Order: sequence, then structure tokens, then C-alpha cells
Amino acid sequence: MRVGVYVCHCGINIAKNVDVDRVVGEISKLPNVIQCRDYHYMCSDPGQELIKKDINKYELNSIVIAACSPRMHLKTFQETLKSAKLNPYMLEMANIREHCSWVHDDKEAATIKAIALVRSAVAKAALLEPLVDNDSPVVPATLVIGGGIAGIQAALDVAEAGYKVYLVEKGPSIGGHMAQFDKTFPTLDCAACILTPKMVDVSKHKNIELLTYSEVEDISGFIGKFNVRVKRKPRYVNEDRCVACGDCAIECRLSGRVDNEFDEGLGKRSAIYVPFPQAVPLKYTIDPEHCLFLTRGKCGKSPKCVDVCDANAIDFEQLPKVEEFEVGTIIVATGYDTFDAAKKPEFNYENIPNVITGIEYERFFAPNGPTGGELVLSDGTVPKNIVFASCVGSRDKKVGNPYCSRVCCMYAAKQAHLTKERAPDADVTVFYCDVRAFGKGYEEFYERVQGEGVKYRRGLVSEIYEEDGKIHVRGEDSLIGTPVDVEADLVVLATGMVPNKDTRKLSQMLHISNSPDGFFLEAHPKLRPIDTATDGIFLAGCAQGPKDIPDTVAQAGAAAAHSIDVLAKGKITIEPYNAVVNPDVCGGCRICEVLCPFDAHHFNDVKGVMEINDTLCKGCGVCGAACPSGAISLNLFRNKQIISQIEAILND
Amino acid sequence: MTEENDVYEPKILGFLCNWCSYAGADLAGSSRLKYMPNVRVIRVMCSGRVDPLFILKAFEKGADGILIAGCHPGDCHYQCGNYKTMRRIHVLKKMIEQMGINPERLRMEWVSAAESTRFVNIVNDMTEKLRELGPSPMRCEGDPCE
Repeated sequence: MRVGVYVCHCGINIAKNVDVDRVVGEISKLPNVIQCRDYHYMCSDPGQELIKKDINKYELNSIVIAACSPRMHLKTFQETLKSAKLNPYMLEMANIREHCSWVHDDKEAATIKAIALVRSAVAKAALLEPLVDNDSPVVPATLVIGGGIAGIQAALDVAEAGYKVYLVEKGPSIGGHMAQFDKTFPTLDCAACILTPKMVDVSKHKNIELLTYSEVEDISGFIGKFNVRVKRKPRYVNEDRCVACGDCAIECRLSGRVDNEFDEGLGKRSAIYVPFPQAVPLKYTIDPEHCLFLTRGKCGKSPKCVDVCDANAIDFEQLPKVEEFEVGTIIVATGYDTFDAAKKPEFNYENIPNVITGIEYERFFAPNGPTGGELVLSDGTVPKNIVFASCVGSRDKKVGNPYCSRVCCMYAAKQAHLTKERAPDADVTVFYCDVRAFGKGYEEFYERVQGEGVKYRRGLVSEIYEEDGKIHVRGEDSLIGTPVDVEADLVVLATGMVPNKDTRKLSQMLHISNSPDGFFLEAHPKLRPIDTATDGIFLAGCAQGPKDIPDTVAQAGAAAAHSIDVLAKGKITIEPYNAVVNPDVCGGCRICEVLCPFDAHHFNDVKGVMEINDTLCKGCGVCGAACPSGAISLNLFRNKQIISQIEAILND
Repeated sequence: MTEENDVYEPKILGFLCNWCSYAGADLAGSSRLKYMPNVRVIRVMCSGRVDPLFILKAFEKGADGILIAGCHPGDCHYQCGNYKTMRRIHVLKKMIEQMGINPERLRMEWVSAAESTRFVNIVNDMTEKLRELGPSPMRCEGDPCE
């Protein structure tokens, strides 16, 4: 092997604490080292040029760069090698800056250590082997999981770019939480007006295959080719025949007797239903948990829905269907659940009917809600005193949610405004800890609401109780430093966001992690907030953490762009950091198989040896470290390479 | 390192995972934190790559202590490589004890990419401990001692 070694001064970053001349002198004596030089900045153009010239002049076939961390410049120098027509994997770096000159003041000790580090790199360099990147084709399709605003936006963006999209939604309609809202802060856009056209676009788009009332059951594979299995739950209504006339729901024997989830249980529906009039697809669904025929096998003489349906759409024989398909990328847009206010027993949410959550209150304002958009309580009265309690289930370590949900301050302000709009004389008080009005136009909106006569009292609510038929809200006004007790007709708990209950299941299926708050973990909090640690899987919206609608839409667009980026290339380059099996040595014990977290190992029954899928293998090397026969080696970290490094690094 | 002057300075070999601990050590450098020069690092992609053979080899070649550092449990870039490390090191500690090597010479730690100070403290602490323990019995050329 003809090794060239290049020691960088990094200005004085290295040279100040490491005697570079001595390093060059010592390393030059090593076997295999044909050329050893130093230079002020190896990564600069002249530095790289020097290496290139040497490679050609001295016919070097392996290179050591003693400079900064490989995490910093490995790619840079790989390109240098490539431009000199040398295989880019014939390169080893010795980190004599971050791990040596910057952390040790004693120049003698630092120099001795630097020599050892370079010696170790030279030992490895002499045993490197050329490797080639693998190309793998990409299936030109994306799976979007979740049909809220994040999933809708991501699906539309990918589809518009000309790629196939499978949009899978658990519920009978897309739309997500946003469809439940009346207005959106701070501009007071009608949520339905801006959302429903997008929902229709999704259903009409030729590139989008909409799979509602469906759940992802299994995902395997890797970037470029994920195999997806989706279970389509039976609606018991033939979607092709249903014309959504609604006669079935009117005639249903349970009409008006089943809690409507879309109205947070405040409104009622039939056992056959559409969640809301603007649902997409606008097809009826029979709720198997309530339908008399499905739960008891009998519904009068015959089910009324069957009797009245002219289109013959009702089909109680329907079974779950499984669909399988392949995609190149996945966008996770599974959103959030609202915090369960019952976890704060001091607020008596479960005991006092007029203590409600923010999302329930939202349904009061919605024209398609249980009150038709009127602000009337269940007893027919209009509330005069309305109190909002902020930070319910957010910034609360007692319930395990130390994070801020980011939307509650603003939706409480919006709802306070909507309250004043419907009942101008009402007394509206918001108990708050801090008002986090961080978005564009948010602070201005908060000021506007204060100007409308909404009272903001600084201090969190400690207790809500009922006395003599009146609700009392107790807390502390921390600005005047006294406890307060306010009477209210209606208390709105500004509940925060918690991870969707399916998050854990999905993260195990996708092999992606969760952050301590339970939401999906991004690859880097600042620079890669859309990616996950698994290539080809992206995050959009509240699945990654609490977000408002503008941020959600922005992230969904970014996730779509990242996805399109992969699909447009048509192939993916896989760096050869993978494990390889020597079939002549493999004894077929299959110990490695269970250790691999990526299912990359597949046993070849015919040959009786293990085989490793190059694309699935991520190159951790866990299998190699466990192989009792030494049949598995990890490219660039082979046993003999590491052992030679160990011998060289300790050899002084 | 300074054995010529008859002053024993322990030699520590570190195996650091690329994603967390190596990055944490890099951060110690870019933050210009200072620590004992006794540790020399070999980069591996995952702490789970560390074959027990490497550790035995390093002791054979005269390491006084070996540090294996990886991502915190739950944070492994490869999902669970660090759990495999944990199991192996537990067994290996017992094994080296039977060989006459104090198991404290083998140390496993979790260091995240942000925990530069933690890395510094571990190296310094380990150096101190190994100074107290004296040279590894495997270091003596010829007959095994200790």
C-alpha cells in the first residue's frame, strides 16, 4: 500500500499545541508511508491541490489527513480523492484538532498523542479497500399518514409535483382538528372556508389515492421502497353507490341518540352518519359500536337504513379489506390529541357540566355545531360570566407535560373575542401565566382582544368548584398578590396538546424515535426539523410537536419538498457503510439475525448462510461484534482495520 | 507516555460512537474544554460495533483502561445498539476479572452529542482512578503480574 499523510496546521489551531514538524518526522518513518507533508490549511484549495498532485505523482493509493474531526471535513477530502481519480473510501482522518490540540495545553503530551492518533490512522489506511456506492431505485410515490391539515397540504404538494400519493386517514373523513374549528387566529378566517376547498382538491386530485377509514398496519423496507399494508375498515356502506342523501341517518332508529365525536360529544348523531356535512369523502358510515343490527343482529323487522336507501348502498356483509402497495417516501402527519382535562381533578371537568374544554367551546361557535353557532348553554341560557383557564395540561410537570402547547393562549384570545362578538355584555376573564403571542400578527390580536374588554388576570387557576348552583374559579392574581374567587356561568379550560395516542405504535413500526415529550423526534432540532433519523421518513405538523396552523402548513410543505427531492432523483445513493457476510466462513448460527434492528439479515435456507440486504443495513456493526465465527465484517470498520488501529495507537 | 522518566501515566483507549459520544468529544474540542491527554480515541459507528475482541486486544497491547461511550439508552442512532453494548460489557467485566484485570479498568458511559462536559469529567475521573490502580497487569512484558 502506498500511503500519503497530510498534516494540517489549521492556521495555529493545531500548530500552537502540536509540534507538526515532529509529527511529520515520526510518521515519515512508518512502513507504507510514501509521502508525509504538512500545510497551513489542508482543506483550502491549494491544500487539496497539493494532495491531488501527490496522488498522481507518487501513485498514492491510500490517504491519511491529520486535521479536524471527520465529522467536519471527511466529505470534503473524499471529493479531493475523487477528483484525483482515487476511490473516495481510501481515506482515513486523524482528529488532531478537536480531540487533541484544542483540549490539551501541554504541547509535549499533545504532540505524543497526535503522533499516536496519526499512526493509528496510517495503520488503518494501509488496510482500506476501495468501495463503491450502491444505487437503489425509488418508487415514485409517497405515503402520507394522517389527513389533517398537515397531511392534506403535504399530499397536495407532492401530488402537484406529479407523484402518486396515498393519503391514509383513520377516521371516516379527512379534515382533522382544523375541521372542528370555527375561526382561526389571528386573522379570524373561517376555518371551513380555507380548509374545505383543500379537502375537495384532495378528493379530486388524479395523483392522490384517498384511503379514509383506514389504518396503516405494517411498514417494512427502506427509503426508495417501503412496503405498506393498510387495513380498510368496513363502512357497511358501498361507497360507489352512496349518494349521501342522508335519508338513512334520518330514519335510523338511533337517530339523535349517539354522541357525535366531531362535536366532542356535545351534539348527537345516528348510528349511520357522516361526521360533518362537508366531510370528504361525503359517504355514510355505519358505526359498528352502536348500530343495533351490528351489535345485536336485529334492528326492528329490518334495518331502516336498508329500507330507505334507494341506492341499495347498505351492505352489512362488508369485511375489512387489506391493501398493499409500495412507496418511496413516507410523511408522518398524525397530529395530536387534546389533553384529557379529567387528569386535573381540581377543575371538576367531569362533574360540572359547564366546565368545558377549548375544543368543546369551539363547537359552540361553529355554524355546523350542536348550537348552530349560537352561544347558548344546555339549559337554554346565554352565559354572562365566562372564565378561561390557561395552561391546562401544558407547562405542567405534575401531569408530565413540561412543554408549552403554543396555541392555547391564542385560541383562548380568539374564543374570548368570539364570545364578545356574540354576547357583547358578557364578562370575560382570562387567567393566564404568560401570554405567548409569538406568531405573525399574534401580539396585535392579543392587544385587540384586550381592547374589546376581555379582562386578563395574571395567575393560574388552582381550583374550580360549584357552590349554590354557581361555578367558582379560585386562583391567585399574582399582579396584585391576592387570592381571587370569581363566579362564572361557563369555564373554558384551554387544554393543550398531547401526542396522538397511536404515536408509540407508529414509531415502533417506522423505527423512528420519540422526544421526551412523546412526540416524534426530528433528526436535528434546528437544521433538520422535518427529517427523522430514518432516511425517507419525514414529519409534518403536530406529530413532531405542538404547532399552530401556519407552522403546520409550512412544515407540511417542507416535508413534501423533501419527499419530492427523493422521488425526483429516481434513485438513491447508499454509502457502503454496510456489513458483509463471508459465506465461506458463516456457520449459519443466525445469532446476528435477531440483533439487527433493521431486519437487514435474511437467512438463505438453501445455502445455509446469512445474507445482508445492503440497502436495509445502516452499518452499525452490532452483528459483526457478535458473530462467533468472524464471518461478518463492517465496511470501513473491519475487524482487522480496527485491531491494527488498536495496536498502532498503543504502540509507544 | 512518560515511562522513560519512570512516571506512570495511564494509557486509556476510547471507543466512541460516531453519532453521540464522538460528537460530544468534538464539542469539548470546539468549546476548548481541557482534559487529561491520557485518552486516545478510535471512532466506531456504534458502541455496539465494539467486539469484545477489541477490548481484550487493547489490554494485551498495554492499555491501562478502556472507555466505551455511546448514546444514552433510547437515543441510539441505530435504535438499540447501545443496549447490546451494555449486555456485552457486563459479561466482559466478569471475564476480565477472572483474567486478573480489575473490572474498573473497563468503563462504559453514555455521552450525548451535547454532553462535552460530561465527556471531560469522565476522562479526568478515569485518569485519576487509573493512576491509583497503577499499570495494567497485562502491561508487564514477560510474566503476567498483579
